[in-house]
Amino acid sequence: MDNIAGTKSSLSWAVNISVVLLVLIWLIPTIGLLVSSFRDRDQISASGWWLSPFAVEQNFQVRASADDAVERDGVFVIEGNVFEDGEGEVLRFGGARSNPTASGAGERAELTRDRTLQLEANGDYVYTSPAEITRDPSIYFSTATPPEFSTENYQTIMASDNMDRAFINTLTVTIPATIIPILIAAFAAYALAWMDFRGRGFLIAMVVGLLVVPLQLALVPLLQLHNQVGIGQSFLGIWLAHTGFGLPLAIYLLRNYMVGLPRDIIESAKVDGATDFQVFTKIVLPLSFPALASFAIFQFLWTWNDLLVAKVFLPSNSESWVMTVKIADDLLGSRGGDWGILAAAAFISIAVPLVVFFTMQRYLVRGLLAGSVK
Amino acid sequence: MSPLLQGVLTILIGVGGCVGYFYASNLILDKVIFPPTKTDPGRNINRANIVRPWLFLFPALFALGLYLVYPVIGSFWRSLYNRAGDEFIGFGNYTTMFGDAGFQTALFNNFLWVLVVPAASTFFGLLVAQLTDRLSWGNIAKSLIFMPMAISFVGASLIWKFVYANNADIGLINAIRDLFGASEPLDVLQLRFWNNFFLMFILVWIQTGFAMVILSAALRGIPEETVEAAIIDGANPFQIFFKIKVPQIMGTIVVVWTTITILVLKVFDIVYTMTGGNFGTEILPSYMMSYMFRDDGRATAVAFVIMIIVLPVMIWNIRQARAEMR
Repeated sequence: MDNIAGTKSSLSWAVNISVVLLVLIWLIPTIGLLVSSFRDRDQISASGWWLSPFAVEQNFQVRASADDAVERDGVFVIEGNVFEDGEGEVLRFGGARSNPTASGAGERAELTRDRTLQLEANGDYVYTSPAEITRDPSIYFSTATPPEFSTENYQTIMASDNMDRAFINTLTVTIPATIIPILIAAFAAYALAWMDFRGRGFLIAMVVGLLVVPLQLALVPLLQLHNQVGIGQSFLGIWLAHTGFGLPLAIYLLRNYMVGLPRDIIESAKVDGATDFQVFTKIVLPLSFPALASFAIFQFLWTWNDLLVAKVFLPSNSESWVMTVKIADDLLGSRGGDWGILAAAAFISIAVPLVVFFTMQRYLVRGLLAGSVK
Repeated sequence: MSPLLQGVLTILIGVGGCVGYFYASNLILDKVIFPPTKTDPGRNINRANIVRPWLFLFPALFALGLYLVYPVIGSFWRSLYNRAGDEFIGFGNYTTMFGDAGFQTALFNNFLWVLVVPAASTFFGLLVAQLTDRLSWGNIAKSLIFMPMAISFVGASLIWKFVYANNADIGLINAIRDLFGASEPLDVLQLRFWNNFFLMFILVWIQTGFAMVILSAALRGIPEETVEAAIIDGANPFQIFFKIKVPQIMGTIVVVWTTITILVLKVFDIVYTMTGGNFGTEILPSYMMSYMFRDDGRATAVAFVIMIIVLPVMIWNIRQARAEMR
């Protein structure tokens, strides 16, 4: 429609700019998380992630040793270098905690009680005092630390925080909870789409109604039920729960898709003597692949990202934590201020859904369009 | 047994069991219960075909009944009992709950959420859908705005915790305030009342993609003649959008709006991760979770209140579905 008069308006640059802006607003937070996950703790607290490609000015403190003091012409002098390995560049320095960057490198700073401090850019310092030096004097200075990116946060979180365990637990919950409902729902959807029986309309309405039942209602009675029959809080329990909760959407999506299949194929197969079971397994099921894929992606994302059901139906010990529970209940408390670790953990938990999302977006969109009720 | 192995076994048993059930039950129905006898084969085939739908439906109906229908009744019944569950107290849980200041805050905040999140998500979704419609790189833009849909509420909360961080070197909000000369960093999550809106924006961020995808498809479905006719009549782009396009996709907008409304009533993750319900940010689902495992009577009462709020939408959905079937 580009050639229609009026559509190629002067608005087009405004449209481009607004879309760029919107995309940036939507994207920037996630980029921030990704960048932060590769920075170490000191760098994160020293400068924002948006400045991460540039050198960071960081403040340090060292103590000159009072034992190194020598007396020269009635003045006590300590000489040395603030860098342990002898490498680095001092930007500014100072002798008091209250003003740690009072003087520029190479200047001579007058301190209290007639003491002086001179710090060169290469780290060499000269500290003088008219009186005998009894306590180790502090030297404050700032240096430019080059930007540094490492996978250290990821290694830490995987090795010491049991995140690998949580990852496997999430996977363990997700895969059966995605596969099992599909088959159950497919049979039911076929019956609701292509079989004639009394009460079909009622059942379809019931499925539509159940789509919006809040999960919150199910928590207490079902946990009680699971405890009574001996399942308790366990992986089996959460698989069953996810299966039950996922069924309405599965049946609804699959039925809507199956109803749209061409009637001729199914009827001619029946005329040729195929039973309903054969029609379903040989014709309808293979033809419904796109709808099956749509639902599988939905259910996968939903179970992978779920916090509520996992908190209630899985045991609350660290052995069975899935990643969402691990982050929300453990890391945010125990590692609350450790932004790099938090970012790495969050990124581990969203990496798989993102890959699934970008590779199978087509099916996801199709599913959304078919079942935009849930 | 390791959970992973248990999982593989469950898949095998689950899938194998389903296939086995469907195959065997059909076989038994056709060969044993109603075999096509020599005298009158048609009668038995018909009888088998009356039973067969229920064979196909049984596992799904059983699971739906147990996991979604029974809980509605079970929760309501449990909410009539006291904390320990041994004494019938009628609507006692409801009366104490409605008198609780925490519940009132949660109800009020939830009201705000229901008002703001669906409106904002639909608005942004519609905006993006319209703006990207003719753009050469529109699909990439849409894909990027759609991306948060794949991220868990917990993950999204963490992402935004960085943005809201109470530190000008970590949080973008405070960095921008710093740029404009604010001296002290501000913890936006502790700003009474307004903190709710910062939490809501996280959900808007997630749901805009959903609204965009559906509305974008709806916009594409508008007959081009109507737009062309408007252009010939001299309508400007804004008039085309508001007077020609929006009225034609009103039905879809309503569906998107209600779908997000339902979601808002269920999501407890964001509040739970960001503030734990502190600083006056409690909403009904998170209020319910704070009583879960402590006072089942109160927890089920809250859940039932959520159910009652959802009920009108449920009835409307069912009526729509029935109307479509006719």
